[in-house]
Amino acid sequence: MAQAKTTINRRSFLKASALAGGGLMLSFSWLAGCKPKDEELLTMPDEWFDLNNYIKIGNNGVVTLMSPNPEFGSNVKTSMPMILAEELDVDWKNVIVQQADFYPERYDRQFTGGSQGIRQGWKPLRTAGATARHMLIEASAKQWNVPANEITTEGGVLHHKGSGKKAGYGEMASIAATIPVPTEVAIKKISDFKIIGNSKLNVEGKNIVTGKPLFGIDHKEEGMLIAMIVHPPFGMMIKSLDASSVKSMPGIKDAFTIKTLTEDYERNGFDTTSFLELGVIVGNTTWEVMNAKKALKLEFELMPEYSMTMQHHRLGKVTAVMPKGLESSDGHRVEMEKASKGKGDILRKDGNPEAAFKNAAKVLERTYSAPHLAHNTMEPANCFANVTADKCEIYGPIQAPGFITDTLAARLGLPKEKIHIKLARMGGGFGVRAYGHHLVEAAVISQQVKAPIKLIYTREDDMTYGIYRPAYTATYRAALDKDNNLIGFHVSGGGIPEHPIHANRFPAGAVDNYLAEGWAIPSNITIGAFRAPRSNFNAAAEQSFLDELAELVGKDPIDFRLELLERAKTKPVGENNDYDPDRYAGVLKLVREKSNWNQKPANVSRGVAAYFCHNTYVAEVVDLKLSGNNPVIENVFAAVDCGIVVNPDAAKNMGEGGIVDGIGNALFGEMTFKEGVPDKNNFHQYRMIRQKETPKNIEVHFVKNEEDPTGLGEPLFPPVFAAVANALYKATGKRYYNQPFAKDIETSPQRM
Amino acid sequence: MAAINLNINGKKQTLDIDPKTPVLWVLRDHLNLVGTKFGCGMAQCGACTIHVDGNATRSCILPVSSVENKEIVTIEGLSEDGDHPVQKAWLEHDVAQCGYCQAGQIMSAAALLKSKPTPSDDEIENAMNGNICRCATYLRIKAAIKTAANA
Repeated sequence: MAQAKTTINRRSFLKASALAGGGLMLSFSWLAGCKPKDEELLTMPDEWFDLNNYIKIGNNGVVTLMSPNPEFGSNVKTSMPMILAEELDVDWKNVIVQQADFYPERYDRQFTGGSQGIRQGWKPLRTAGATARHMLIEASAKQWNVPANEITTEGGVLHHKGSGKKAGYGEMASIAATIPVPTEVAIKKISDFKIIGNSKLNVEGKNIVTGKPLFGIDHKEEGMLIAMIVHPPFGMMIKSLDASSVKSMPGIKDAFTIKTLTEDYERNGFDTTSFLELGVIVGNTTWEVMNAKKALKLEFELMPEYSMTMQHHRLGKVTAVMPKGLESSDGHRVEMEKASKGKGDILRKDGNPEAAFKNAAKVLERTYSAPHLAHNTMEPANCFANVTADKCEIYGPIQAPGFITDTLAARLGLPKEKIHIKLARMGGGFGVRAYGHHLVEAAVISQQVKAPIKLIYTREDDMTYGIYRPAYTATYRAALDKDNNLIGFHVSGGGIPEHPIHANRFPAGAVDNYLAEGWAIPSNITIGAFRAPRSNFNAAAEQSFLDELAELVGKDPIDFRLELLERAKTKPVGENNDYDPDRYAGVLKLVREKSNWNQKPANVSRGVAAYFCHNTYVAEVVDLKLSGNNPVIENVFAAVDCGIVVNPDAAKNMGEGGIVDGIGNALFGEMTFKEGVPDKNNFHQYRMIRQKETPKNIEVHFVKNEEDPTGLGEPLFPPVFAAVANALYKATGKRYYNQPFAKDIETSPQRM
Repeated sequence: MAAINLNINGKKQTLDIDPKTPVLWVLRDHLNLVGTKFGCGMAQCGACTIHVDGNATRSCILPVSSVENKEIVTIEGLSEDGDHPVQKAWLEHDVAQCGYCQAGQIMSAAALLKSKPTPSDDEIENAMNGNICRCATYLRIKAAIKTAANA
């Protein structure tokens, strides 16, 4: 057994044992959000004992595991407790899972995003499970008067072979809760895992299929009013709001404006709001407020330029400028074309790229672009808030509660510890719910009307309130010598309002002369993380470019990448190369095998791509054919290296979702603007992938190894854009440089 | 306001309500049946799908006056204990990711199987094309429908 130091998140354990002190019985409501199927089979205990902040054990052996991270569909509520259960060594059938509230004093990282839940939860969760198990063993040793190291556990049962003594965890829980927290505990060998690596069904499955209230939008409290917002176009602000236009309508209580920010606090990188002031309508029922929203008279005026300084998690202290003016996508395109001809900031330079291009026998240069994208979670933004004189209670969809509490405290004028955020299951997130201003809006409205309220965005509000995936472009250039060796590589990428380039990623490290540049154009259309931010564009562009480059040098696209990776492994160029060439090559080899790469079915066109982001390696092969102008995806093969796979079937589900989402966005995804107004505001205009366009078959294969696990929410998404583009090239004879591709297919000659 | 006679999940009741109120909001706000979801408000995403006299119907643009005395079934009334073959198949295939659209997907699927007990792939794709799943669990949805069809 390996050893794990409990200092990893010792405060979790210490607080817990202090709280539990002496087998104190805790009042504990398990009704909301617990594991439904087994709950009916399980008999509830008379007493619960806290072994630490993650684990409660009932006197009858039933175990409650707290799931720290908010759930938006990536299976953390099942997978993370599986890690606890594994080290605790309990029978999964005896486990109830409960969603923890936002509680930064108890849990280390209650943030769902960046595909980091499993990766960063791995050690703390294993340690928490192992610590509780250790305390149960110590308790039994004391009780039985035998050496602790002779006691074994299995499935929630303690056993001392020598004396033949046996006890369930429930029998020892009260004593275990009094045992001092060890400074170091043994954790299991990977080969001894029983739960991790064995698929467990979603703990909320039955609640979902029976329509139980799980989401923020489903929440109700006595006396609760409904609130909706009205926002101006980008680049404008509210000039006036005529409350009398709606106040006499049925069910309407009030209409007013709210300020979304207070000026005197330091913002963070997730503190994004598009509008400094919003119109608000409050009433009794959703339908009544919806009707008033349509009738509300508002005037807008141009907003002056403003800037804000923020502490950004990735970029440090930055000043974001919101320029004045009404922006249009046509204008963005012109600006980006102009900017891409100039120089960007040099992000990385190896060797002498200028000389390499000057001396090249051949140069391949290609420019790629992608539009803004709306996240379009199926659950529109919403939030319940009840703010009283001395506290604020919130229940809503939020990926990153920790990033919005300062804003809430500052705006409400309440101390942070008086703000209590309960984490609703989210009807999708994809990055956008990391930005929590809907919580602030709900709280400010509740404070103003002095009542509990539920804020609901209409679909139109949700699609037009900003925080989009930015629009990007990048120009890639490759220099080849007379023997077709790649001697120089140059990427210059930019966007509105950020550039997408990750300068240290492949093929950096594999080319002697390398240059990466980035540039950005300020915009008042707000942007935010969107499933694999930046990677979702880079993979599409870079992996299409490498496909074209492989063709130019007459090599198989997988072989070509493997040769570059071999170079990066044996004679890496430069420093800080942000990938492991062996693991990268590993997924290419696995996808080559699983797709029967060299024996492509005759009736399909095939493309490949690979990418490494969010700590996970993925290679994908897409087989498609055209039916008229519609691509029909027959097969997608994915090879993934995310280390240990905690919950294999759910991991596959996540992978399938990422692939289909990627195909949808590659073919159809697009948000455009005219004069500050989004051109699309609902699903009749914004095309989402649907059942008919879904691939007929998807296979997700995992590399088997014992590396610590990494995440899956994002990594399968980016490469499929390029695999589709490369397959479409084979089908149509035309390269696809500009997303969404479906627009181009309609004008292309067909070769099928 | 008008008195509207409703028959929802086998329960008959009269509501005094604006007759133009969409059934979705009657269910969610007035009757506490929040399993039926708001997605788009214009019958484009399928999250609000219910059964009206056995047919899959988008409730978000359906005035409550138009369903008077019709038989309405929501996700809460599809089965006694979540044991409708479609619900069971959904669990077996562990379809859901975020889960928000799944009530609508299940209601569409259940209506499909009622009219076509063994649908072809094309029939499934056509019947389910009105239901968006942003998590893109479409393949599992299709597989679950086939499992339910064979149950």
